[in-house]
Amino acid sequence: MAAAMAFFCIFMYMELLQFTDKGIWCAAGDFYIDPWKPVQRAVITHAHSDHARWGNQYYLCEQTSIPLLKLRLGPDIHVQGIAYGESIYFNGVRLSLHPAGHMIGSAQVRVELNGEIWVASGDYKLETDGISAPFEPVRCHTFITESTFGLPIYRWEPQQQLFSRITNWIYENQQANKASVITAYSLGKAQRLLFHLKDKVTRMMGHGAITNVNDLLIEQGYPLPHIERITPDTPKAAFKNAVIIAPPSADDSAWMRRFNPYSLGVCSGWMQVRGHMRRRNADAGFALSDHADWNGLLEAVAATGATRVYATHGFSSVFARYLSEKGIDAREVSTAYGDEETITNPET
Amino acid sequence: MQQFAQLVKVLSNSTKTNEKLEALSQYFATAPDKDKTWVLALFSGRRPKRTVNSTQLKTWCIQATGLPEWLFNECYLTVGDLAETIALLLPPRTHPASHPLHYWLQQLQLLEKATEAEKQTFILQTWDTLDDGERFVFNKLITGGFRIGVSQKMMVNALAKTYDIPAATLSHMISGSWDPGTVTIEALLHQSTSGADASRPYPFYLAYALEEAPASLGPIEAWQAEWKWDGIRGQIIKREGQLFVWSRGEELITDKFPEFIPLTNTLPDGTVIDGEILTYANERPLPFQTLQTRIGRKNVTRKQLQEAPVAFLSYDLLEWEGADIREKPLIERRTLLTQLIHMQQQPALLLSPEVTAASWDNLAQIRELARDQVSEGLMLKKRSAPYQVGRKRGDWWKWKIDPYTIDAVMIYAQKGHGRRSNLYTDYTFAVKDGDQLVPFTKAYSGLTDKEIAEVDNWIKRHSLEKFGPVRTVQPQLVFEIAFEGIAASNRHKSGVALRFPRINRWRQDKPVAEINTLDDLKALLRQSGGMEI
Repeated sequence: MAAAMAFFCIFMYMELLQFTDKGIWCAAGDFYIDPWKPVQRAVITHAHSDHARWGNQYYLCEQTSIPLLKLRLGPDIHVQGIAYGESIYFNGVRLSLHPAGHMIGSAQVRVELNGEIWVASGDYKLETDGISAPFEPVRCHTFITESTFGLPIYRWEPQQQLFSRITNWIYENQQANKASVITAYSLGKAQRLLFHLKDKVTRMMGHGAITNVNDLLIEQGYPLPHIERITPDTPKAAFKNAVIIAPPSADDSAWMRRFNPYSLGVCSGWMQVRGHMRRRNADAGFALSDHADWNGLLEAVAATGATRVYATHGFSSVFARYLSEKGIDAREVSTAYGDEETITNPET
Repeated sequence: MQQFAQLVKVLSNSTKTNEKLEALSQYFATAPDKDKTWVLALFSGRRPKRTVNSTQLKTWCIQATGLPEWLFNECYLTVGDLAETIALLLPPRTHPASHPLHYWLQQLQLLEKATEAEKQTFILQTWDTLDDGERFVFNKLITGGFRIGVSQKMMVNALAKTYDIPAATLSHMISGSWDPGTVTIEALLHQSTSGADASRPYPFYLAYALEEAPASLGPIEAWQAEWKWDGIRGQIIKREGQLFVWSRGEELITDKFPEFIPLTNTLPDGTVIDGEILTYANERPLPFQTLQTRIGRKNVTRKQLQEAPVAFLSYDLLEWEGADIREKPLIERRTLLTQLIHMQQQPALLLSPEVTAASWDNLAQIRELARDQVSEGLMLKKRSAPYQVGRKRGDWWKWKIDPYTIDAVMIYAQKGHGRRSNLYTDYTFAVKDGDQLVPFTKAYSGLTDKEIAEVDNWIKRHSLEKFGPVRTVQPQLVFEIAFEGIAASNRHKSGVALRFPRINRWRQDKPVAEINTLDDLKALLRQSGGMEI
């Protein structure tokens, strides 16, 4: 009886989700969301390497994320998929996944117990990119939000405008007889580019890291164009005036130098600031991001109706302070999540 | 102004000199004439008179956006440039309009006598008509400092190409003082009228550091060696009965140094001397810190004149009897210079002495004594060479002595500017004093981009406080700090001030327990002849 009481007391004081040194933990359901140290049950918001890590015993993710997770973590992982909106129970904790709009299969995790609702956002963006399921706001009491671009200087241009600037840049390069090399993160950003460029440019080619993902997704039925994989045997003549998609890690490598003459364009939200673009030595920078911008973050927070907000990775302290001044109980939490847009070598 | 905004964009993004050159000559070939003069002025460091200040811009941006001030500050710290921060924060424009660059500059000049409210109205209305790129350059016109990787040399080359005038001639034509608001590009680049400005200095010839052994330069007889002085490089000009003193930064500083006034009567008209302004007493230079007491003050006190008297150590003669003699070999110019200085007999006008040696080995030994001469090392100049324009390899070399070094630990970090925006690149370092850490210097440069990224990442994970510009970090990272000189200072907690401190290397091999101590710094101070305070 005393033991039961003690258990009950501890339980009383526990939050539904807690921040531990392994990741975001649901004690009542005994699972972790995007843990950064190996655990038994891991719920994965999306397949980027800072959120989906090796060594967990069981993985749960949105069903379209399964092939991507296996591509990243190996075919032998134990993984279960559920559809967006479908509920699953752990010790009475109701868990469901909802579109985050960040990339294919990206999900916000909704957790409910005794009428109390928490949502962990993972990474998200509000603009519909054409390939990922569009972001859906989920009502909750407590919202754990990313804040990668949580400063008002980050305001994205509508993608229609941005892509027409990218295609103009490609046309200018072609007139100057230059190849257009575009760096974009291989999982997510690269597909968004391919999808939006497919009807405007011919002759698209890719680094192996890009074509691996692309081939897999075409196999899954996504409306992506086939692009030629660049190998050591690809003749130099093939690069003339071509559009070449490369991962950021290929920047300034011997691999890239053989495309000469070429112009280098970098697609990343960080390109919003000139200094950042200048130190990447890019010829052009396009602030194309799969994360929410400042207004997107504010809109998302407002749409949840949450009275309490935890801001994780990014400009978390700034974003939390701003929300606090707007009357929301907001604080900053430190996690081990990074930002795939600045990971220099994501393929290792 | 779109054309100018586009030019700035290309210039600041491009890493290729040819592309920049192409963009500039394209601009000079197609832009409105009145804009060209302004671009010439702006890119050669001639700032228009400031009629609106940075604080006003910031205040009005905060009003226009409704953001709290602390959030504006956080944005500024991340962007590292006020003009750009404002351009990124302003709401989209509602009244698009298009005007050339000189129009906006004229409008800004007209604000000189306007009230604060009139200025505010003008700025807010202007922001509302400009696109994002124009807003950035417009703000830059106000805050000043287009640091976009365009050297004056590059601009001169572009202009030389467009107007088909030799670069050296052109460089001289655009030097000196002229008002971009009134001068036309034709007048500026026209030979017969361009001589009208008596104050006009010549472009300075600058040396690269010698990286190879001096023997690679051939026989020592072909070279003239001098001490490398650490003062203000300058030109003394006497034309049409007037005396002008210019600094290398193309700043007219005649008024700051009354010591040179007697030269107005003694120097013949049509004379230009290149040399170094130093504080100098008892036949030797005083430490650079004494010269700093003279910089930035227009009215010099009698006490300063006594404590920090200034002399001009002459290196070279560029104009003699009204003729440009830069093409003559150094050996001839030097002979004329030596005669001139001896004839003058002026205490403030000295000859920078030649350092003679029988061999390169012998010269290398003499170089080791540089610090005793309050010098940074030696200058090597080819006797047969002309006086060139700008920084050029081959005829002049600086052969500096090794800097002092101290191993220190990083204790504070701040975000950088420009290319280093949103990166922690400005660090404060400390040495040990018993079990205390005493900050003694800041340093901004010296790491590779890769190291900067690594240190930045470390700082973001090991900082102890989060708000405001400065992060206190755990004292763990050890760096070797190099510097050229050390002097006593009662303004610094450590009691010392360093000259040109920079990071030599990251000592990942060295634990914090083994860094240098305050006593080590004091020993260096005594060794360099400075007194402790």
